[in-house]
Amino acid sequence: MSDMIDLTAVNQNVPSGALVFDGVGKIFPDGTEALQDISFTVEPGEFVTVVGPSGCGKSTLLRLASGLDHATSGTLSVDRSNIGYVFQDATLLPWRTVQDNVELIAELHNVPKGERAERAGRAIEKVGLAGFEKHHPRQLSGGMRMRVSLARSLVMSPPIFLFDEPFGALDEITREVMNEEALRLFASEKFAGLFITHSISEAVFMSTKVHVMSARPGRITTTYDIPFDYPRVPELRFDPEFARISGELSQALRGAHA
Amino acid sequence: MTDLGERSSQVPPAGVQLGGAVLTVVEKDPKRHGRRSPLQIVGPPLGVFVVFIAAWYAYAQFGLDENGRNTALPYPHKVLTSFWDGKIGDQPWQLLSATWLTFIVALAGLVIAIFIGVTAAVLMSQARWVEDSFYPYAVFLQTVPILALVPLIGLLIGFGFTARIVVCVIISLFPIITNTLFGLKSAEKGLHELFALHNTSRRTKLLKLQLPAALPAMFTGFQISAGLSVIGAIVGGLFFGRGPKDLGNRILLYSNRLSPGELVAAIILSALLGLFFFQFFGWLGRRLTRDWHQPAG
Ligand SMILES: Nc1ncnc2c1ncn2[C@@H]1O[C@H](COP(=O)(O)OP(=O)(O)OP(=O)(O)O)[C@@H](O)[C@H]1O
Ligand SMILES: [Mg+2]
Repeated sequence: MSDMIDLTAVNQNVPSGALVFDGVGKIFPDGTEALQDISFTVEPGEFVTVVGPSGCGKSTLLRLASGLDHATSGTLSVDRSNIGYVFQDATLLPWRTVQDNVELIAELHNVPKGERAERAGRAIEKVGLAGFEKHHPRQLSGGMRMRVSLARSLVMSPPIFLFDEPFGALDEITREVMNEEALRLFASEKFAGLFITHSISEAVFMSTKVHVMSARPGRITTTYDIPFDYPRVPELRFDPEFARISGELSQALRGAHA
Repeated sequence: MTDLGERSSQVPPAGVQLGGAVLTVVEKDPKRHGRRSPLQIVGPPLGVFVVFIAAWYAYAQFGLDENGRNTALPYPHKVLTSFWDGKIGDQPWQLLSATWLTFIVALAGLVIAIFIGVTAAVLMSQARWVEDSFYPYAVFLQTVPILALVPLIGLLIGFGFTARIVVCVIISLFPIITNTLFGLKSAEKGLHELFALHNTSRRTKLLKLQLPAALPAMFTGFQISAGLSVIGAIVGGLFFGRGPKDLGNRILLYSNRLSPGELVAAIILSALLGLFFFQFFGWLGRRLTRDWHQPAG
């Protein structure tokens, strides 16, 4: 049950905002080896993306980082007092309005009513949902729900943001728009971002760095630095350099599937 | 490891079997009922009612038993008039006051059952061992034949209001416990993890996640139990025979005196009372969850 989830940080004495995996491995109790010797760092102001075949342990990586699950080897340094975590689906409370959903995390952190209403209002504006405060989740489209979920994580201005394929279920255009919005937030909030995706163009468009993971047990096989400056404009996707990097990444990912 | 939400896979009891009577909760589909005129809604059941009354008249007129005697079933209008000119010395108000007493007993029993049932379900949802220890007894409450239990209750606590209320509580407890427990476990695993990420206390999780998520299922339970509680109140009064002059008590009296008109009148009032209880809780539940809960189907 929930009381068995230990949320204390593995190592609290690290500079806030950095996420460090050092030789992290995970073997599930049933013997499944999901991750093997994962080492990388996410600095504040970095947007790091992990791509890899389905089932290679990407979600597990984020669960370890957030403390929802525990590594079986290696060390993980992260300050878990304030982490933003956007799940694959929006996980909204259906009985709450948009406003009240966005206030939830601030509420759980005992932020006073007036202040959290104000912060939620700002976050709702940032994700472009002003005017929908009184709506319930069922009255929103999938993309709008995802934005509510984003806004909810934004309210506490977390220095670390984990994204588990947040836009995987959206159509391509909505997804691209959401990518651009997420990057705007990244530019204004300057968090350390760790992003999971299946989409190569999403990975290249968003990130400062992309790690390619192999099939199970997940290991990092290749790392790409993405050279483009921020802010990134939608037209970047048609840049020849963008196409070249995407092509290389695609090759590496095919290798990882083998 | 986290096994959040894994136990929520139990199937909720859709209806409750009681001496052959099955109560099932049918929720309204807003799409099917939304744009219809009042006439379209009232018309068809009214038609059925007219046919039913006509058949009743025909049977009262022509129905004969095997000895060729006219059956004892009174005409519908005789039933209606027996509400105010009881032939066996009952004053007009007596049937209504009996209904009122039964209403009070059923309501008190239901309120107590809701209180006990929700508390029990909350405790069971908080610790597996509580559920494992007490759930079998909740099932026992459900399986023990209430008719066998009533005389014992009478012997132990007499034949008054308290005894009748106890019958109501026993008969309506189980659906409340199971439905509430099911509802408390119905929140998605992802939502539990969201709360766990932010070091939420059990109490906060119960109040902000589990209880709101449980509301629709809880009201399904309340609704089923509301109907059962009225049955309990009548069974209690009927069985004890003594004590407050409630509907059960009247039903016993009328049947002893072979007074079918009044008997039918009392039966109709009993059914109306159960219907009222059932509809009221259905309405309340829909009202509380209408912004977000869409019943399937
Ligand atoms: N609780 C668990 N117990 C045992 N094995 C598990 C558990 N959770 C995940 N796994 C296994 O670990 C591996 C990695 O799972 P994970 O969910 O991290 O994959 P993923 O890379 O996120 O996949 P996808 O891209 O499809 O979301 C899978 O093979 C999965 O079967
Ligand atoms: Mg995954």
